[in-house]
Amino acid sequence: MQLTNRSKQVADTKMTWLERIYLPGIFKGMMITLSHAFKKKPTIQYPEQKRAIAPLYRGQHVLKRDDNGAERCTACGLCAVACPAEAITMIAAEREKGQEKLYREEKYASMYEINMLRCIFCGLCEEACPKEAIFLTDRIVPSTTKRKDFIYGKDKLVEKMDQRIDVSVRQTNNLAEFKKNQSFAHNKL
Amino acid sequence: MLSPEIIYKIILILAVFTVTLVVAMWSTYAERKVAAVLQDRLGPNRAGPWGFFQPVADGLKMFTKEEFIPGTADKQLFILGPCLAMLTALMTGVVIPWGGDLTFGGHSYKLQITDINIGILYLLGVVSVGVYGIMIGGWSSNNKYSLIGALRASSQMISYEIAMGLALISLVMMTGTLSLGEIVHQQDAGWANIVYQPLGFLIFIICAFAETNRAPFDLPETESELIGGYHTEYSSMKLGFFLFAEYINMFISSAIIASLYFGGYNFPFQHSLGLEGNALSLVQTFVFFCKVFFFIFFYMWVRWTIPRFRYDQLMNLGWKTLIPLAILNLFITGIVIGFRNGFFQ
Repeated sequence: MQLTNRSKQVADTKMTWLERIYLPGIFKGMMITLSHAFKKKPTIQYPEQKRAIAPLYRGQHVLKRDDNGAERCTACGLCAVACPAEAITMIAAEREKGQEKLYREEKYASMYEINMLRCIFCGLCEEACPKEAIFLTDRIVPSTTKRKDFIYGKDKLVEKMDQRIDVSVRQTNNLAEFKKNQSFAHNKL
Repeated sequence: MLSPEIIYKIILILAVFTVTLVVAMWSTYAERKVAAVLQDRLGPNRAGPWGFFQPVADGLKMFTKEEFIPGTADKQLFILGPCLAMLTALMTGVVIPWGGDLTFGGHSYKLQITDINIGILYLLGVVSVGVYGIMIGGWSSNNKYSLIGALRASSQMISYEIAMGLALISLVMMTGTLSLGEIVHQQDAGWANIVYQPLGFLIFIICAFAETNRAPFDLPETESELIGGYHTEYSSMKLGFFLFAEYINMFISSAIIASLYFGGYNFPFQHSLGLEGNALSLVQTFVFFCKVFFFIFFYMWVRWTIPRFRYDQLMNLGWKTLIPLAILNLFITGIVIGFRNGFFQ
């Protein structure tokens, strides 16, 4: 079976005199390396240049607020259960009187953490979420030098009202239909 | 009192010393850049424009690293090793003619620190001493990898010195002089020696690769099998000295190849340019450095093309191929000289 047209038949024949003195071979090799000097370099100079990413790129998560600025998350824990890497931890709390503007429903997450070193950015949390609260965005998680800096709490995850994050590309019609269908397993987890 | 001649020599020595170090320093940068370019990469480009100050950053790093001497090492020899490597690397630059004569106030000064009449013997001698740095360094580290590296270095250098010496003897027979200045001067009138001694040049350049421990003959260091070979136990600037000595050796041997076989500072049609005296000398120096830089590039080009030899292949090449070829070359040169001088009539 021939996979490429570059494959060469290996032969156990005796080397000719020209092959045995190596010099033509060395010359040929050096011409090959020299020709590479004039080729276009594929390097992307990361901090200055960024590679184009897909519109549906799965990067750093965001916890959405609704249009009134109340957090959508109700700390149901479905995302944490769905997470194959067990990167999500949360503590639920009950909404007090006077906090209606902050949290949309009676229960909310008083602590919500994602360990970005564990996360594999599969997007199952976003699929599992019945409240349209967690989404993956096209932001890249920045690198730091300490492990504990990769545990993102609510301060980093919840979106700010003055810097709202557009997730409309991820809320496709198909996804919305899918979430309406109660027969799918993710709601029974 | 100091005569102008002595002051001039001191200035020249300092200049050659500085130029050697600067060229060696930026050779490390060039090596990384050439390697990158040949492998479709960009290479260092963060320190300064195009990464030009990378050697400075590397040097600073080397100086600030911890100076570590292993407990089982022989301390005095351990320090002597890199010093010797550096010393012998720098000593060879003395006999190389860097350009034509300079004239100041009626006096003519040579751009060569000393034109001893046994220049080539001096070169061979110093190069032979060069192996001691590596040998002592590897031996005193008291580490099996270092010892094997040192062993390989010494046997490799001794083997290839024979072929190199024989190749040089045919050159000496042809030119009739052992002085480097005279050899370069002769190439002004006629063709460059490469035309008369192509086989000798080939043998010499292969041996030069082996003598400077450069790929494909870098068996004393072989990162993949000997973890750095003779400098496994070295750290900080002592390691820097070993690595630096290699680049100085590369620069000096490029200069020697250019002087012996490629006309040194001479270039074609140099006397029909209408330049005289000091101007011509400066142009000659520039041309000489262009030749040297080409050979430094050639060293790197070969390193990033050809894989390393196996040790028995290295010894086979040295003893069974290069030495017979060098003797053949010697023989042919002798016969041709005999014919030219009417010896066979």
